[in-house]
Amino acid sequence: MELTKLTACKAADKIRKKEFSVPELTQAYLDRIGELNEKIGAYITVCKQDAGKQADNIQKKIDNNGELPLLAGIPAGISDNICTSGVLTSCGSRMLSNFVPPYDATAVKKLSQNGAVMLGKLNMDEFAMGSSNETSWYGQVKNPLDYGRVPGGSSGGAAAAVASQMACFALGSDTGGSVRLASSFCGVVGLKPTYGAVSRYGLVAFASSMDQIAPVTRDVADCAAVMNSIAGHDPLDSTSRDYGHEDYTLSLKSDVKGLKIGLPKEYFSGGIQKEVKEKVLDAAKVFESLGAEIEEISLPLLEYALPAYYIISSAEASSNLAQYDGIKYGYRTRQFEDLVDLYKKTRGEGFGEEVKRRILVGTYVLGAGNYDACYNKALKVKRMIFEEYQNAYQKVEVILVPTAPSTAFKIGEKTADLLDMYLNDVYTVPVNLAGLCAISVPCGFDSSGLPVGMQLIGKPYDEGTILRAAFTYEKYTGGNGGIDCGI
Amino acid sequence: MEYEVVIGLEIHAELDTRSKIYCGCTTEFGGEPNTHCCPICTGMPGVLPVLNKTVVEYAVRAGLAANCAISSFSKQDRKNYFYPDLPKAYQTSQYDLPLCKNGYLEIEVDGSVKKIGITRIHIEEDAGKLIHDESGKVSYVDYNRCGVPLIEIVTEPDMRSSAEVKAFFEKLKSILEYTSVSDCKMQEGSLRADVNLSVRPKGQKEFGTRTEIKNLNSVRAIVRAVDGEARRQISVLERNGVIVQETRRWDDEKGESYSMRDKEEAHDYRYFPEPDLTPVVVDEAWLDKIRSSIPELPDERRKRFIAEYGIPAYDAAFITGSKPLADFFEAAAKESKNAKAISNWIMGDVMKKLNDTGLEPLDMPIKPESLSRLVSLIDENVISGKIAKQVFEIMWDTGEDPADIVEKEGLKVVTDTEEIRSIVIQVISANPKSVEDYKSGKTKAIGFLVGQIMRETKGKADPQAVNRLLKEELDKL
Repeated sequence: MELTKLTACKAADKIRKKEFSVPELTQAYLDRIGELNEKIGAYITVCKQDAGKQADNIQKKIDNNGELPLLAGIPAGISDNICTSGVLTSCGSRMLSNFVPPYDATAVKKLSQNGAVMLGKLNMDEFAMGSSNETSWYGQVKNPLDYGRVPGGSSGGAAAAVASQMACFALGSDTGGSVRLASSFCGVVGLKPTYGAVSRYGLVAFASSMDQIAPVTRDVADCAAVMNSIAGHDPLDSTSRDYGHEDYTLSLKSDVKGLKIGLPKEYFSGGIQKEVKEKVLDAAKVFESLGAEIEEISLPLLEYALPAYYIISSAEASSNLAQYDGIKYGYRTRQFEDLVDLYKKTRGEGFGEEVKRRILVGTYVLGAGNYDACYNKALKVKRMIFEEYQNAYQKVEVILVPTAPSTAFKIGEKTADLLDMYLNDVYTVPVNLAGLCAISVPCGFDSSGLPVGMQLIGKPYDEGTILRAAFTYEKYTGGNGGIDCGI
Repeated sequence: MEYEVVIGLEIHAELDTRSKIYCGCTTEFGGEPNTHCCPICTGMPGVLPVLNKTVVEYAVRAGLAANCAISSFSKQDRKNYFYPDLPKAYQTSQYDLPLCKNGYLEIEVDGSVKKIGITRIHIEEDAGKLIHDESGKVSYVDYNRCGVPLIEIVTEPDMRSSAEVKAFFEKLKSILEYTSVSDCKMQEGSLRADVNLSVRPKGQKEFGTRTEIKNLNSVRAIVRAVDGEARRQISVLERNGVIVQETRRWDDEKGESYSMRDKEEAHDYRYFPEPDLTPVVVDEAWLDKIRSSIPELPDERRKRFIAEYGIPAYDAAFITGSKPLADFFEAAAKESKNAKAISNWIMGDVMKKLNDTGLEPLDMPIKPESLSRLVSLIDENVISGKIAKQVFEIMWDTGEDPADIVEKEGLKVVTDTEEIRSIVIQVISANPKSVEDYKSGKTKAIGFLVGQIMRETKGKADPQAVNRLLKEELDKL
C-alpha cells in the first residue's frame, strides 16, 4: 500500500483500525519529501525530528486506546506565513529569514489539538503577494504535474505539496485567491472560508480585511474534516465570529436536487482559456443532470474587482509591512549611518521587488492627496460588490465560476507583464472583497493534461452548501481520480 | 498694538486601567525595561489586537464628565509612521469618528465664568520609550509603555490667557481624577499637554498662524510655555516678521521654545480604518450603566463642602480641585470637630510638604485620621500649635500616629502649675536685669522672660499658665 496516496479521512480510518502506525505514515511522507522536495521546492523547512516525536506521541495514545481526535496522526504542511512556535516562519521573505515565533497560530494549535502531525513549513510567494510562487526568497515552487510550470500562488507550496503527496493536507492563506488558484493549477481542493470563519491569530498579515487561513486537501471530505478542526471564534481575533458552525462532515450529502446554481455570464467571457470555459460549463451540466437548477445571472461589477482589490490589499499591506524595520526581529542590514539609513537599507535589502511595489502602491493610495480618489473609491467598490452578491443570493444559493482564466502557465511566462499576472486573480478576488466563502474543485484537464479548477461560491458562513455541492460533483465524476503526478 | 492670544489644548491622559488597551499586560509604571510586554504590544508578526472594554468605559466616563456627546458607533484607525518606539509602525487611534465629541468645561478666572469647548475625546495607544546611551552611539528601546491606553482630549481655541489655560487644565485634571479615569501623575507622564497658540491684533476676526508646543508635563511648564510663546509671537509680529506654522519644543529650564526642525514633521500619517478591530459600539444600556457610575464631580463637591463642613468658599474650591486632596480632607474632617483647622493644615503645611518633596497628593505619607487626631490634640490643649508643627514633621517622615509621637517624644503641654512655677522662679532669679526693667515699667521685658521659660520647657509649657504664674511671681517681688 502506498500510504501517501491515501486521503486524510481514509488514512485516519486505517490508523484507527491499526492497519499501519502513525510513525509509519509520517515516515512515508518524510521519505517522499526527501525524494521530491529538491525538485519541487514546496517546503522551506522540514521538521523531521518534531514530526517523528509527534507521531510517536499520537501512536502511544492509539496504543492505549485513548479517545482519538479527528485528524489523529495525519501529516500536514503549514504555509510559512502561519506562525509555528519554535519553527522558522519566514513568509517566503529574506526579511523574516531568521524569525522564529514564540507562539502558534490558533489554527495550528487547533490542528495539533486534533492530532495532526506537522511535517514542515511550506514555500509561498513573499508575504503571500503573487499568483505564481515566483517571488519567494526561497526559490520557485514547481508545479508537480509539469516542472516547467508554476503551481499558482501565493500558496504554491501548499498546493504542490498536497498534489505531490508530500503532505496529506496543508494550510495556506487566501487573501485574493492564493489557495484557490494554486489548488486549481495543481489539481487539488482548496477552500477559502468566509472572512471571520477561521481565526487569523498567528497568520502574518498581508491584507488584514481579507486574509483567511485556508485548507488545501486531496478531496472534499478532507476539506470538511480540516474545516471542522480549525473553524470557529477565537477570543484572540476580534474579527473571527462565533457562528456556531455546523459539522461540515455531516453536511456532505450527495445531493444537489433543487439546488439553485447561478452562472454569472461575465465570468465566462473575455480572456478566458477556451478549455477552461468548456470544462466549467460541463460541470454545470453535471450539476443539472443531478437535479440542480442552473440559472444564468449577471455580476457586472466584476471588472472593477481587481483594481479595488489591488488598492485595498496594497494599502493594508503598506501598513502591515511597515513593522519590518530591522529594529526588533528579522533581517537587519549590516552597516548603516543612522536610523533613517537603517530603515532604508533594511527594507531595501529585506524585501523583494513585488513586495516593494505593493508597499509603494499602498503608500500612494493612502496618501493625503490620493485617499479619496483611490482608497476610498476602492472601499465603495468593495461595498457595491458585496451588495451585488447579496442580490444574486436572493435568486441562487451557489455561484459557479472558473477558478482562474487559464490552467497553469509556464515559469517566467508572465513575470514581464504584471497586468497579465494580476489577471490570474480576476475570478477569485471578488470573493475576498465580498467576504464570501468559495471552494476550488478540479473539474477535468485541458489538452496539455493540466488540471482545470471550478469555483463554487457560497453565501457568508454557508461553507456547508458549497462543500455539499462539491462533494456531490466529486462523487459523481470520481474527482481528479487522485492525481498521480506520474513522478 | 494690543494683541489677543488664542489658545487650544491637546491633552493626553493615560487611563488607569489594570491592563493595556489591546492585550493583557499590566499598565503599571516602571518595571525593568521590556518586562511589561508580550508579542501583541510589541507588534510581533501575526498577532492581533483585542480591544479592552474598560478602556471604552473609562473614555466614555471622561466624555460624560466633560459634557460630551457619546458616539454610539465609532471606529479605530491606524496612524502610520516609522519610529523605533512604535513597534507596529502605526499607532492605533481614532481619526474621523471619535468616541466623544462636542463637550465643554466651565472655568472661573477672576470671578467670571467661561465655557471652554471640547472638540473631541478619542482613545488610542501609547508608544514605548527610547533610552539613549550616554555614549551617544546606541539607543535602547523599552516597550513597557507600548499599548498603555490613552485618551486624547482636544479643546476648541477658546482660551485667551495662561490663567485660563491653567484653570482649564486644572479643572480637567480634577475631573479625570474624580472619575478615576486617570491617576494624572504628571511626573510619570500620565498627563501631558500640547499647546496650540496664535496671536492676533485685538479686534481682528481671523486667527493668526498657530504653532504647536509639544509634550508639556507640568502645570508650571504649560503656563510658562503659553506666556513665553505668546511673547515670542508678538515680538515677531512687532518686527514685521512672519509666524511659521510649526511644532516647537519648550525648554522649561531656559524658559524658551525652539523649533523642531525634524524630518518627522513632514508627516502624512495615512490614516485608514484599523482592519483588525471591529467598530466600537456603545448602546443605550451600556451608556446608562456608565453614566450611573460617575461619582460626584468637583463643582458639586465644592458646594457640599461649604454646606456640610462650613469651610470658606476659597478653601472648598482649593481642596476640591484635587480629588486626592478632597478625599483626604473629607476623611479627616469626618473624624474631626474642626473642619476649618483641617483645611488650614491641608492648604498650608500639607501643600508645602507636597511641593517641597514633589510628591503627588495620592502618595501622601500621612493618613487623614492622623491629621484629624493632630488637630484634636491641639484643640484639647494636649500640645501647642508650635509643637504640633514638630509632630507633623515626624508624622510625615514616619507615618506614625500623632498621639504616639507626642507620648514617645514627651511633647505634651506641661500644665502642672508647681512644675511651671519652679521654672518661673528659676528664670526670674537668673535674669535680674530683665526683672529690673519690668519693675521700672518696661513691659517688653516680660516677653523675654516668657521666651526663656518656654525655652527651658522646650515649648511644652501651657502659655496661659506661664503668663499667669510669671505675673504672680513678679508681683511677689
